[in-house]
Amino acid sequence: MTISISPTVTERDSAPTASPGPRWEAVCRYDRLLPERGVAALLGDVQVALFRTHDGTVHAIGNIDPFSGAAVLSRGIVGDRAGVATVASPVYKQAFDLVTGRCLDDPDVAVPTYPVRVADGLLEVGLP
Amino acid sequence: MNSIDHRELVVVGHGMVGHRLVQTVRDRDPQGTWRITVLGEEGRPAYDRVALSSYVDGVSAEELTLPATPDPLVRLHLGDAVVEVDRDARLVRTASGRELRYDALVLATGSVPFVPPVAGRELPGCFVYRTLDDLDAITAAARDAMVAERPGRRSAVVVGGGLLGLEAARALRSLGLSPQVVEIAPRLMPVQVDEGGGALLRRLVENEDLAVRCGVSVTGIAEQRGRLVATLSDGIELDADVVVFSAGIRPADTLARAAGLPVGERGGVLVDNRCRTADEHVWAIGEVAALEGRTYGLVAPGYAMAEVVADRLLGGTATMTSAALDMSTQLKMLGVDVASFGDAHATTAGALEVVVNDPVAGSYAKLVVSDDAQTLLGGVLVGDASKYATLRPLVGAVLPADPVAMIAPGGVEIGADALPDTAQICSCNAVTKGAVCDAIGAGAHDVPAIKACTRAGTSCGSCVPVLKKLLAQAGVEQSTALCEHFTHSRAELFEIIAGTGIRTFSEVVEKHGTGRGCDICKPAVASILASLGGGHVHDGEQAALQDTNDHFLANLQRNGTYSVVPRIPGGEITPEGLIVIGEVARDFGLYTKITGGQRIDMFGARVEQLPAIWRRLVDAGFESGHAYGKALRTVKSCVGTTWCRYGQQDSVGLAVALELRYRGLRAPHKFKSGVSGCARECAEARSKDFGIIATEHGWNLYVGGNGGFTPRHAELLASDLDTDELVRVIDRFLMFYIRTADRLQRTAAWIEAMDGGLDHLRAVIVDDSLGICADLEAAMETHVAGYADEWRGVLDDPAKLERFVSFVNAPDAPDPTITFVTERGQPVPVPREPVAVGMPGVRR
Ligand code: SRM
Ligand SMILES: Cc1cc2nc3c(=O)[nH]c(=O)nc-3n(C[C@H](O)[C@H](O)[C@H](O)COP(=O)(O)OP(=O)(O)OC[C@H]3O[C@@H](n4cnc5c(N)ncnc54)[C@H](O)[C@@H]3O)c2cc1C
Ligand code: SF4
Ligand code: FES
Repeated sequence: MTISISPTVTERDSAPTASPGPRWEAVCRYDRLLPERGVAALLGDVQVALFRTHDGTVHAIGNIDPFSGAAVLSRGIVGDRAGVATVASPVYKQAFDLVTGRCLDDPDVAVPTYPVRVADGLLEVGLP
Repeated sequence: MNSIDHRELVVVGHGMVGHRLVQTVRDRDPQGTWRITVLGEEGRPAYDRVALSSYVDGVSAEELTLPATPDPLVRLHLGDAVVEVDRDARLVRTASGRELRYDALVLATGSVPFVPPVAGRELPGCFVYRTLDDLDAITAAARDAMVAERPGRRSAVVVGGGLLGLEAARALRSLGLSPQVVEIAPRLMPVQVDEGGGALLRRLVENEDLAVRCGVSVTGIAEQRGRLVATLSDGIELDADVVVFSAGIRPADTLARAAGLPVGERGGVLVDNRCRTADEHVWAIGEVAALEGRTYGLVAPGYAMAEVVADRLLGGTATMTSAALDMSTQLKMLGVDVASFGDAHATTAGALEVVVNDPVAGSYAKLVVSDDAQTLLGGVLVGDASKYATLRPLVGAVLPADPVAMIAPGGVEIGADALPDTAQICSCNAVTKGAVCDAIGAGAHDVPAIKACTRAGTSCGSCVPVLKKLLAQAGVEQSTALCEHFTHSRAELFEIIAGTGIRTFSEVVEKHGTGRGCDICKPAVASILASLGGGHVHDGEQAALQDTNDHFLANLQRNGTYSVVPRIPGGEITPEGLIVIGEVARDFGLYTKITGGQRIDMFGARVEQLPAIWRRLVDAGFESGHAYGKALRTVKSCVGTTWCRYGQQDSVGLAVALELRYRGLRAPHKFKSGVSGCARECAEARSKDFGIIATEHGWNLYVGGNGGFTPRHAELLASDLDTDELVRVIDRFLMFYIRTADRLQRTAAWIEAMDGGLDHLRAVIVDDSLGICADLEAAMETHVAGYADEWRGVLDDPAKLERFVSFVNAPDAPDPTITFVTERGQPVPVPREPVAVGMPGVRR
């Protein structure tokens, strides 16, 4: 089976034209991700939560839940709020925007986001 | 230093009205002008006498007790009656010899039951029906009669067929006796109901297994062979184990009489419209007061009097209004609805009566209107009193429609908007429509909020439907929508999924919702699919719907680790089982604790350790305890007949059987059970969603209990069931709950919110009034037959196991953020500032 993944390439994902650019690291095969579910990846000492939404898009945000300090955002429920793709923290249930990392329940809180792309069926995360 | 000079308020009687007075004065007197001393003859603080009869159905004295907060300015002396009022010295003396000086004295002594002077009325076995002590005595006598060794029915005679007599008769029936009601008037409830309504009422009451004799009186009572015989005026003799007098009440005015205070012609301390007696320092309120000569035997006028006196004591100018003296009543006992309101007997000059009598449907309705047929004056409803809540507030107002149309079957529905602002919505607490609307305007956006700020709906509850209508009318949407993705309630969604056969979330949300779902609707749909027998909770798309606990079949802890709870049915475990749990915990470095649910929890497991831990547990014969699921948790037990010298039945055996029967059953919320071997209740069964207490003859089943956030005792649903009957009723109970409850609604809240409450529930699942019981039982059989251990299902399936990794690119690397310290010899997460959040899981 071959997978062609055009919808995953969003503006944010396209390789930046300017200076150094992110360091891309492969984490797993794209098809290892279940639709609407996350996985965690360990990149050096950075924990990233990766999600595949129902239309095939992949998002990467920080895995650490800022409210509890636990590294668990990858285990939250994926869905949407008013059309914005979200994950809900499994600890205290705050929703985070998968694109911007912003917490929808507390505008002062956000988690980092990371660029992702799929190359040769492999999922790659870009680190600064 | 105590520099405030309190004035002394002495209240005689801690009944419903005395209690209301104390609460109201304290609410409105934050400076503490008054120090209050209450003297009560009964040995317990004020309780809800209106709900007295629920005591025989298992509602406890504590639950009936009226709420009061400890208050340094209120002293309560219970079990100490006032025996003398010395008005010159402004002193009261009590039976125990206390002497208390007063600046103001309030008599709130209520009434005493009237016992007609028939021979034999003092015999053992004769009772009145007024206090909890009376009910204790009646219950004991009924129990003695039940256990006496002789053949035949145990029976009771109730003297008086008024509101209270019918309540007493129903209570006696609940205690296992066959009651006969003897009423001297030609019809039942002669005060409230007219002839036509009385005739229908009698038929409906007789259908409920109560024998009725009207137009005769009891002329004497005698003892014969250890039982009582009541002789009636027509010569008939009735055998009885218990006789209850319920022939009316008389104001408890002896104290006042002895103190020389004027009393009314038919008794009661005479008071003016400020509720003041002839002595400016003495007030009388409640049933003992004769307001302008007339006494009132209902709680609402008494509450109004308490409010007036409280206001006066604090310098106000309140007076009694005629609206506060509303004598409307609604009886919702015996499964027969009766309501009467306003001028029910059409005594107003020129009044017209409009009657709709439907003997086939068993309903009778009469409206009394003014001579021009424009104004509603009163009415009587028998059989179907659903219109009471909207009709009663219209008394005195211009009718919004033709009177016949308003009571005809299928006629006009009267909207709450037709009511004038002055219409009294809650007669128990004298709250007007205007007051309710003001509260809504000020932000009270649901019934509990309205209750909290107006007191409307907090007594008999019959006005709650109108409160809901007023909310709707104010545009406050009482949304039942699950979340932004579904406009349906959970129960509606259940019907859709069950009815359409749709078995994936994607299809449900595409066809019946919007967007892609969220952490509210996804687990709700997952739970519905699981209740409908959807296979393993991780099969197919279901995996993505589960909350993290269900996704990893373990409970997430605050540091990102999980806890592991194997099932220990009934709390019974072998030494070998204990050893395995001990070894597993030791080998994986887990913290162990005995839970509140009679089993053992192992904490601190990292996600990648879960399969190996469970491999060991499953191999030793353990299975998932579903501590993570909205599903059956535990069935607690006590040792029962197995060991205990008081045990009546095998409570451990039953608890184990029930836990195994309902294990893995997904529901709108978690549910719990307990089985106690006797009424000592060591398993705390009555704090559970369904609790079972052994009796000599079988099992009593209680439902709707809750510990947790809002504790509530379970109520008796059915008694003396054998084990098969018991299981059948529980099957139906749980399946009915699963189909109709809201998301995250425990059974206690579900029953509370149900129209008709416990009675309706009993009708549906015991009497099969909806004809769905066979269906419910079949659904449970499907669940029982289809049960499989979820953890074994994971261990046997490599695809499911693949999920249990810490990192997708480093499956065995432990999460570096997880660290432990040692506390009392065990590993615990590093302490951290507590996070300010609400109750987990109760967010709507
Ligand atoms: C472990 C335990 C405490 C203990 O150390 O004893 C416990 C622990 C938790 N309870 Fe509990 N409850 C435990 C017995 C109870 C009991 C006592 C009982 O069952 O007899 C109650 C009161 C009885 C009742 O439920 O009516 C109880 C009332 C709650 C509530 C409040 C429910 C309510 O209706 O108000 C919550 C919150 C919720 O479910 O929404 C809760 C929630 C929780 C959660 C799930 C909170 C959370 O989301 O993390 C805790 C998870 C523990 C874990 O990881 O295993 N727990 N919890 C007990 C596990 C029992 C078991 O063997 O399964
Ligand atoms: C079974 C039953 C069902 C009812 N149902 C309804 C209903 O549906 N709707 C309704 O509106 N009303 C109903 N009522 C009536 C309602 O309970 C009373 O109207 C209300 O309780 C009156 O309150 P009260 O404070 O005046 O009297 P009570 O509640 O009777 O309180 C008076 C208290 O004063 C005490 N006392 C008396 N003398 C002394 C003394 N010398 N010294 C110290 N203490 C003394 C008594 O022991 C008693 O505790 C019902 C009553 C009963 C018994
Ligand atoms: S939910 Fe509250 S009461 Fe229950 S275990 Fe946690 S902290 Fe204790
Ligand atoms: S009418 Fe009884 S509580 Fe409102």
